[in-house]
Amino acid sequence: MSAVEVSGVTRRFGAVVALDDVSLEVGHGELVGLLGPNGAGKSTLLSLVSGQRRPDTGVVRLNGHDPRDARSRTVLGLTPQETGLPATLRVREVVDFVGGHYPEPVPTAELLDQFRLAGLANRQTGSLSGGQKRRLAVALSLVGRPSVVLLDEPTTGLDVSGRTALWDAIRAYHASGGTVLLTSHYLEEVQALAERVVVIDRGTVLADDSLEKILGKVGARRVQLTDAAGVRQEHLVADSDAFVRDLVRSGTEFKDLEIRGASLEEAFGQLVDATNEGAAR
Amino acid sequence: MSATTSTTRPDTPAGQTQSFWRLSWLHLKYQFLETVRVPIAVLGNVLFPSLAMVFFVVPQESVAGNPLYATIAIAGLGLFAICSASLFTYGLGVAEDRQLPFYPFLRSLPAGPGPQMVARVLNGGIFSLFGLLPLILIGWLFTAAALTFGQLLAGIGTILAVSVPFVLLGMAIGYKLSAKAALPVVQVILFPLAFAGGLFLPPQAFPAWLDAISKATPTRAGRDLLVQATTGLDAYALALPVLAGWTVLFAVLAILAYRSDEGRRFR
Repeated sequence: MSAVEVSGVTRRFGAVVALDDVSLEVGHGELVGLLGPNGAGKSTLLSLVSGQRRPDTGVVRLNGHDPRDARSRTVLGLTPQETGLPATLRVREVVDFVGGHYPEPVPTAELLDQFRLAGLANRQTGSLSGGQKRRLAVALSLVGRPSVVLLDEPTTGLDVSGRTALWDAIRAYHASGGTVLLTSHYLEEVQALAERVVVIDRGTVLADDSLEKILGKVGARRVQLTDAAGVRQEHLVADSDAFVRDLVRSGTEFKDLEIRGASLEEAFGQLVDATNEGAAR
Repeated sequence: MSATTSTTRPDTPAGQTQSFWRLSWLHLKYQFLETVRVPIAVLGNVLFPSLAMVFFVVPQESVAGNPLYATIAIAGLGLFAICSASLFTYGLGVAEDRQLPFYPFLRSLPAGPGPQMVARVLNGGIFSLFGLLPLILIGWLFTAAALTFGQLLAGIGTILAVSVPFVLLGMAIGYKLSAKAALPVVQVILFPLAFAGGLFLPPQAFPAWLDAISKATPTRAGRDLLVQATTGLDAYALALPVLAGWTVLFAVLAILAYRSDEGRRFR
């Protein structure tokens, strides 16, 4: 039995297919990064695993149970979107409230201490800074001592030190045996945390592999040059060094050679193209 | 669920959520805190029935000077205030809550819809009481309305019980519709119901056909039960079954609306 099991799941919103026959299994103790551009279907997938929505077809299981059953969610923790905290409640009250749903919550003072929020316990959440709200959101995901945690863009909008602190908290949770499924559209974040990476776009899984293999696939370079006829050419290549070596050896005339790392979006584009070519063959 | 040998079946039982009443208490506590920290919302609830009383009942000597009529007028106004507060607070309040990003998070916590709904009903009851207190005070000081302490308690108990179907109807609207749609729907439902239920004009002035329709509405059933509790004038025989029937229907609608609701459609 896996911590999270998604098999053959399709979810539509009207005419839009948010997830198209997606299957994904996350074992206990894994730290999996869901990587994809905005609108790829990452959040929809998380909302299915957390029981907020039901799939049109297919099966979703959390520790072997239907997440739409409240009882199966006693092992689940997740982050609210930071903008969604009830503005008039105090920090301490929000933690008490969420923790009150679980059998053995982390004592509020201890949790606030761990996330460096102790000094803010009596502040209304509406008065917190963006970084403080993010810290509170991640703290809320852990208050119930969950065995599975879903983190939706956990550090979006944080500065470097805030981000590092949260990454440490997530790593500590994972080291204690917890299962983590996190989404991000930052390659850097997934790179820093995940052991396994699932790339999704337009509702389908493009790649599901170890971090290194995925990095190899999406770590593409963009090479631009002007050929003899004066036409500007652009190539997305996995190994720019080999490409340039071949280019020089072939004796082809070129000028204005430019090489830079492909943006994540370009890398995704390449993955999508590769997938489509594979399908056409 | 029990353990089985099949690999696709769960081999650990699903956990247990906290007890229903414990969760309801938890939700009630924090809903109350959230409401009470927006003072204008509380004030609006408290002021509206009292103002209506001061402007429409107290100046009319024929009503205010007659103990029976004054009591009935207070009862009708109190019930209208509670219907309106329930439909607006829940119809609109729930629809607005659903548009907040915290709402999908709440739905992913290990609790079913029950505790949150129970807490909403109780929270509505508490703030309705806040609204009734000044109304009762004005009635006592400025009209001839005369109640024994027992009748007063019976009246408050009845009005809270009568508010339940309206709270449920409000929730059905709130979970089914967007905030923009909920507002006109509540208005379209509230005023005909209040009028047909005899909350503004005494039903004794109704023609027979309207009286027959009136007796089938939850507002009329609630009004007559409330009048019975406070003045001893007997309600019509079907008042209680009619009110109970609407309560069951609205409860079913509220649960169905909650189940079909999956937050905002595009997220």
